[in-house]
This record gives sequence, C-alpha cells and structure tokens, in this order.
Amino acid sequence: MSAVGATQLERAQVRARVTDAPRRARVRGGTLLVHALLIACIAVVVFPLYFALTVSTQDLQQVVQRPPRLLPSTHMLDNYAEAWRKANMGRMLLNSAAMAVTVAVGKIVISMLSAFAIVYFNFRGRTLCFWMIFITLMLPVPVRLMSTYEVIGTLGWLNSYEGLTIPLMASATATFLFRQFYLTVPSEMAEAAQLDGAGPLRFLWGFLLPLSWANIAALFVVLFIFGWNQYLWPLMITNTEAMRTVVIGLEQLIPRSGTELPTWNLIMAGAMMALLPPVAIIIFMQRWFVKGLVESDK
Amino acid sequence: MQRAVFKSRWLPYLLVAPQLAVTVLFFFWPAVKSLQLSLYRVSPFGDRSTFIGLENFTKLLADPDYYSSVLNSFLFAGGVTALSVFGSLVLAGLATQKIRGLAVYRTLLLWPYGIAPAVAGIIFLFIFHPAYGILPYFLSFVTDYEFNWLLKGWVAMTLVIVATAWTHLGYNIAFYIAGLLAIPASVMEAADVDGAGPLRRFTAIVFPLVSPITFYLVVLNMVFAFFESFGVVDAVTKGGPGQATEIMVYKLYKDGFIGLNLGSSGAQSVILMAIVIGLTVLQFRFAERKVTYR
Repeated sequence: MSAVGATQLERAQVRARVTDAPRRARVRGGTLLVHALLIACIAVVVFPLYFALTVSTQDLQQVVQRPPRLLPSTHMLDNYAEAWRKANMGRMLLNSAAMAVTVAVGKIVISMLSAFAIVYFNFRGRTLCFWMIFITLMLPVPVRLMSTYEVIGTLGWLNSYEGLTIPLMASATATFLFRQFYLTVPSEMAEAAQLDGAGPLRFLWGFLLPLSWANIAALFVVLFIFGWNQYLWPLMITNTEAMRTVVIGLEQLIPRSGTELPTWNLIMAGAMMALLPPVAIIIFMQRWFVKGLVESDK
Repeated sequence: MQRAVFKSRWLPYLLVAPQLAVTVLFFFWPAVKSLQLSLYRVSPFGDRSTFIGLENFTKLLADPDYYSSVLNSFLFAGGVTALSVFGSLVLAGLATQKIRGLAVYRTLLLWPYGIAPAVAGIIFLFIFHPAYGILPYFLSFVTDYEFNWLLKGWVAMTLVIVATAWTHLGYNIAFYIAGLLAIPASVMEAADVDGAGPLRRFTAIVFPLVSPITFYLVVLNMVFAFFESFGVVDAVTKGGPGQATEIMVYKLYKDGFIGLNLGSSGAQSVILMAIVIGLTVLQFRFAERKVTYR
C-alpha cells in the first residue's frame, strides 16, 4: 500500500478523511446509484425472456394486437398443451435429456480415467496421449463436418443414440481439469495406498473419486448445458421425428409464410420448455456452474 | 509431467483407450479425410474422385460468395464479441460493488448462458418480427425507416448478433466476477484514499488489471461465434436475406450437405481449421497470462 512510510499523523488524517460524515452520505448515494444501474441493466437482460414467457400465455388475438401486450394472460396451459402436441415435445425433450446426460456422464468418466492414467502411470506414449487429447480442442465439428458424417454412416449410427452421444464424449477440458486436480493430491497418498496393498483401481475408486465430487458436479452442470444446446450435431446425425432433439425441433413451429397463422404464442411456449432445463440447472446449481466454467475454461 | 506412482504394463493403456478411441475415430480420422478431400474433386455421390491439387482452394479464393461469407463471419464474431465482452465487464463491475443483495443480482445475470443460441434466436426473431415484433413497433414512432430483417441485410445481422451476444453474457460475467473479486481490496482502498472517483478507479485500475481476462474472453468469444453459432443462423435467417448472414460455417454446411460439393466443403474445412488453430494458440497464450495475473 502507498501508506507504507507514512507517519502516525498522516495515517490519522487519512482515517479521518475516510470516516467523515459528508463522505458517508456520498457513499450511500453511490450505493443507490449502483442498485439503480444494476436493476436497469438486469431489466434489459431479462426482458427477452420475460417477453417470451408473457407471449406464451396469450391467445392469438393478444399476440398480434397493437400496441403489443406486455402483460401475461390466461392461456398458458392451453398453449403449452397445444405446443406439446403439435411439435411432439415429449419425445424431443426426452431425446435432449438422454443426449445431455449421456454426453456429460460419458465425458466425465472417460476423462477421469485418462487423466488418472496420465498422472499416475509412466508409460510409453504418455506425452503423445496428452497431446492427442489436447489437439481435439482444435477440431470442432465444422472443420470435419462431411467426413465425420461419413464415419457415422459407415458405423450405421445415423438416427441412433450412439451416434448422438459417443462421438461427442472426448473432452480435452475435462481431462485437463482432472489432471490438474490429481496433481494437487499429495503423492504420499498413492504411496500409502500402495503400502496398504491397494491397487491403482482401488485407489481411484476408493480415494480419488470421493475427493472429486466437487469437480464432477461442476463439470456435470457445464457439460449438461453443452449437450442440451447442441445444434449442428443432432441436425446432421438425425433426420427422423423420433430422434430429433428439442433445440433443432423447435424451428418447425415457426410460422414462416404469410398464409400461416402467426402462432407465436405456441412457439414461445415451445421455447420456454426448451430453455427451462438448462436455465434451471444454472440457477439451482449456480455455485457448481461458476466453478465449472471458470476452472475448466470451456 | 512428473508423478507416476503405480506400475502396470497394460492398465494405463486400458484407461486411456476409450478417450483415444473416440479421439482417433471421430476427430483425427475425419480431420485427415477433410484434408484429403480438399485436394480432390468428388462426384456428388462420392463414387468417383480425381486428384486436382489445390484447385478447390483457388476456386474458393476466386469466389465472391466465399469472400462475403468470410467477411460476414468476422463481422458477426466481432459484433458478438464486442457487445457481450464489453456489456459483461460493465455488468460484472456493477455486480462486484459492496452492496446488499449481490447473490440475487448475480443469479439474475448468469442464467442466459443456459439458453441455446438457436432458441435465443427464435425469441429475438419474434421481437424483431416486421409485422408483430415489439422492436419495429416502437421504432416506428421514432423513424419511418423500415426495420425489416427480411429485406435489410444489416437488420438480419443485428438480429443474430444480439441474440448470440445475449447467450454469451453469463459466461463472460462469471469470468469477470472471478477476476474482479481477485483484485486486492487494498489497491482499491488506496485509490479511494487518493481521491479517485468510481469512473477513474475503473479506467485506471480495474480495466488494466482485468485486461488479461479481457483478451482471453475476446479470443474465446470469437471461437464460440465462429464455430458454435451455426444454430442461430440456421434456425433464424438461413443465411439470408440474400447472403447477408451467411457465415463460413453455414456456407460449409450448405455447400457440403445440400450442394453435395465435397471437395469445396473439404477446402472450406481446412481454412476453418487454420482459423481455429490460430485462435486456440492465442487462447492458451492468454490463459497462461491470466493465471499469472490472478
């Protein structure tokens, strides 16, 4: 701090300045201003969601009325039931949930195992493995689009849950997170386990896994959202109604041509159903979500 | 890499096998195939292919449509990044002040990350709707300009940029809050004692101290905008009107899946690969620096 060499007197003066009355009043005014600014900004950020929710409760007449109606109405249940029926929502939500959970769990299991091998074993090709996993970061779906499609086709995995999930299970970021975590566990622990006659798998299962729950929860939240919100992958792998996920299936509800009824209340009802699971997970598991984002960097 | 406690001839290979199997089968092999494809002319059904060297690339580089998709990509990624990174810094700056109710405010700021870009796009599509949308309605009181995304390319571009930036907010805010909370309280107190007002404290102290995070987020937002934003374009504008919102990834999909031009889509994949490699190298540069600053 700048006051390192300050004399007693100077320090006292500083203290006096910090605690005097007009200053405190200014601070209180500042606090109010911060609240006001935050509320204004949050209103802007929340508005699209509020508006979508509002429209999803209105009937067709209210949707198109001028000036636009900004208040909820009473047709919520009708609209959600209609959207559910019209777009086969139940099936799509089920597919999305299956995909998101399987991809998240798969990525976590695969990454735990490979990070364990890389940290606790000395084997030929260890560095090569590490780099191979790292390089997947540089190969997002678009840069291998057509040829991945071909591979999935050759395996006979088009329109299947295997095709939807297994190819997405490699994860450099999750592997790095577990590697980083294992490196913070003192190596004496593993040595002690060995002296007690516990093998590596026993050590992983009985000692490392119970220590990893915080990391697993954090990764699960982030990876669930990643899986749920996939678009290009399910669009490419599936082309049947039965396999469609909700994020790609929603689009069919949009009234495109002028001759269709402008049923924006139904599509907003569909959008609310599609966004509720990932948003709810962020809100209820916020602590894990922030940890997962900031520590896994993707 | 140190450590290595256990000894086994086969177990480590078994443990890395699932990860490597997925990596080789679905990442490396297709990537190599894409590279190879880019040097061939392939008939639409894939039964005949002729080696043609770099012709796919020279054709692409002579194609004005390709240039416009490159330009659109940078415009889109730049717009999304500028809007969401700057907006997030301001919001995170407000949400780390010493006031009551911070937990509630932070929750209200983080949730947009959960919304898929395509779903966000659909919500904004209605807000921007030329006939029923709330935005053109209120703008019509201010100006006679026809704010119609179906006719005006820049309106369509604004629509997809705003929708995508909205979904990036939660991510960026989480990083900035972590970074801002790591600034030692003594630094801010010292500035306060020296009489620096809130704005001056922000520009002279906070902004430089979080600049490594800012660079890192800029790169990451660019990567997301380039490679994870296919959904918003496909669900909302389909690249239109004209080709105003046709970004590189959308053109690649269109030429490959719909046009069945495998050689050209291979060449486009290779160019995207070069971009993602460049961005990833930058990302890890800044990731290292971010760590030393924190």
